[in-house]
Amino acid sequence: MTKLGSRIFSRLVILVPYAWLVFFFLVPFVIVFRISLSTTAIAQPPYEPVFRLADGIAGIVDNIRQLSFDNFIWLTEDALYINAYLSSIKIAGISTFLALLIAYPIAYGMAQAPRTWRPTLLMLVILPFWTSFLIRVYAWIAILKPEGLLNQLLLSLGLINEPLIILNTNWAIYIGIVYSYLPFMILPIYSALEKMDHSLIEAAQDLGCPPISAFWKVTFPLSLAGVVAGCMLVFIPAVGEFVIPDLLGGSQTLMIGKTLWTEFNSNRDWPLSAAVATVLLLILVVPIVFFQNMQAKAEERGK
Amino acid sequence: MKSLGNIRRSFAPWADPDSKPFISFKNITKKFGDFTAVDNLTLDIYHREFFALLGASGCGKSTLLRMLAGFERPTSGEIILDGQDIAGIPPYRRPVNMMFQSYALFPHMTVESNIGFGLRQDGMPKAEIAERVTQMLKLVKLEQFAKRKPQQLSGGQRQRVALARSLAKRPKVLLLDEPLGALDKKLREETQFELMDLQQQLGLTFVVVTHDQEEAMTMADRIAVMSHGNVIQVATPAEIYEAPNSRFVADFIGDVNILEGKVKAAGNGRIEIAGDDFTVRTVGDASPAIGAGAAFAVRPEKLKVSRAAPADASINASEGEIWDIAYLGDMTVFHVRLPSGKVVKTSMLNAQREVENPIGYDEKVWVSFAETAGVVLKD
Repeated sequence: MTKLGSRIFSRLVILVPYAWLVFFFLVPFVIVFRISLSTTAIAQPPYEPVFRLADGIAGIVDNIRQLSFDNFIWLTEDALYINAYLSSIKIAGISTFLALLIAYPIAYGMAQAPRTWRPTLLMLVILPFWTSFLIRVYAWIAILKPEGLLNQLLLSLGLINEPLIILNTNWAIYIGIVYSYLPFMILPIYSALEKMDHSLIEAAQDLGCPPISAFWKVTFPLSLAGVVAGCMLVFIPAVGEFVIPDLLGGSQTLMIGKTLWTEFNSNRDWPLSAAVATVLLLILVVPIVFFQNMQAKAEERGK
Repeated sequence: MKSLGNIRRSFAPWADPDSKPFISFKNITKKFGDFTAVDNLTLDIYHREFFALLGASGCGKSTLLRMLAGFERPTSGEIILDGQDIAGIPPYRRPVNMMFQSYALFPHMTVESNIGFGLRQDGMPKAEIAERVTQMLKLVKLEQFAKRKPQQLSGGQRQRVALARSLAKRPKVLLLDEPLGALDKKLREETQFELMDLQQQLGLTFVVVTHDQEEAMTMADRIAVMSHGNVIQVATPAEIYEAPNSRFVADFIGDVNILEGKVKAAGNGRIEIAGDDFTVRTVGDASPAIGAGAAFAVRPEKLKVSRAAPADASINASEGEIWDIAYLGDMTVFHVRLPSGKVVKTSMLNAQREVENPIGYDEKVWVSFAETAGVVLKD
């Protein structure tokens, strides 16, 4: 291939992901954002103004004049939304932390396991995905409800005298999120630990580091990129999670995904739910940018 | 007294019956499942010695080193270091440090903190650590790279950081696992001499594992040639080369011609062996049985190729035909086919740039050697 040809080819290759982002992320976002600036109306679609090419340029300019940030202002005025955002972040944060506590030892064990076992172990981690997500969350209702499996087990073992109330509390949500997103935490941590050179641990021990301290000084810092990736992969979808709080959480549980669903379906307020979604996106962009930064730094290190 | 090869310094504690070994492996066996990596091995290493464990991969040399570092426990036997049995002491409490083959530099730390890592573990005061690190950086000539990360260094520089890190704690013994394996040839040769200077300067005991015989010959005071979990011969480089004790060692180190035959006569410090092409007469104190099979090893450079027959053509000489010639610059290698069909390898130093009428292909020549040119192998 000529030099020019290869340059055009490499441009084209880069174009594909950009085109993907533009069509499936940027364009939908602009549409959502535009709806968030509208006002609700009893119409089809349920908001106005609606841009029509038939109106001509003057009509579109007139429509743009009608757009307003009222919905965003409303979000700050009603404590419900702020509380829902904060509560979502809190629930997602606690769940992410719990998932990390559980996933790290699992990933570590997998990375230490004999090489021949590892594909099987990986398979087992991914196995739950073969069943519908919804069914797995429903199954947790059967486990956690007062007369459910967990309580029956604990009662029969004599560990408790009365059934624990877990279902319809935040704890049920934590359990649901941790369970559902655990593989997303395990896999990046495992991948970071698995490619680590074991002689680094030996070098640390050789220089006077007992095993536990070698873990904290060498293994853990070197797996940090995996930890951050795992936390992002759990935290970001958990903030906007709707199914788990809806099925496992109680009526008092406030999460932004649920609020959005109510606005959209029950209240049929598309502009307000679009505003909720826009703000949610902005909240999530911050950790994503942070994550990207971390990755860029890790790549720098890898050079 | 005659000696084998050049002695580079008068350091030979192993020859002194009064000197005590610094490291002793006593009947060490190490098994991994069914595989015996080290088989009932006994070996002494002396204080301030530069000792090389030489062998092909899988001969147990690395396992031996790792047992000394504490990463492997011997299945049976004792390892004595400076009078103390260290077999049960974990690696982080042993007064030895290791330089790893992969260097094992911590990628998340700067050169400085890599070198200071062991010192921080020991709880050394900060000021002292800084001082020692500076000193080590100076030793390996990397002062201006203190703040770099290992990934930003060249292979040679990383090797130096690894060396500095393993020396920073002033270990009693420095273990080096294929220390120069990852360097290119030129750098490797330079670094060999630097390591030797460093070892002299610091007065430490170095134990180096290598599969590169040239590296072992250059650096070591003594070499242990290993095979199948056992030491075959422990001796100075010159002894290993000039007086290999077995066919394995003779074959493993350098090039060798092995002439087979039957013992014809022995006594008065001479052994005569009757072979197909040669009647060998060589110096030797052993008194093998007359008629027993014997193998005589002689290095290529000790065979002389000439057109004229030697003065006494009946002893240590044979006619032959030039089979192959390889010009290597510093020397020329001739493969000479003897009457029996055996091909021997000889090498001749190219002392002059031009030679009148050089020996060519298919020429009839004489191959001869002196009585002191080779050794009778023991096995």
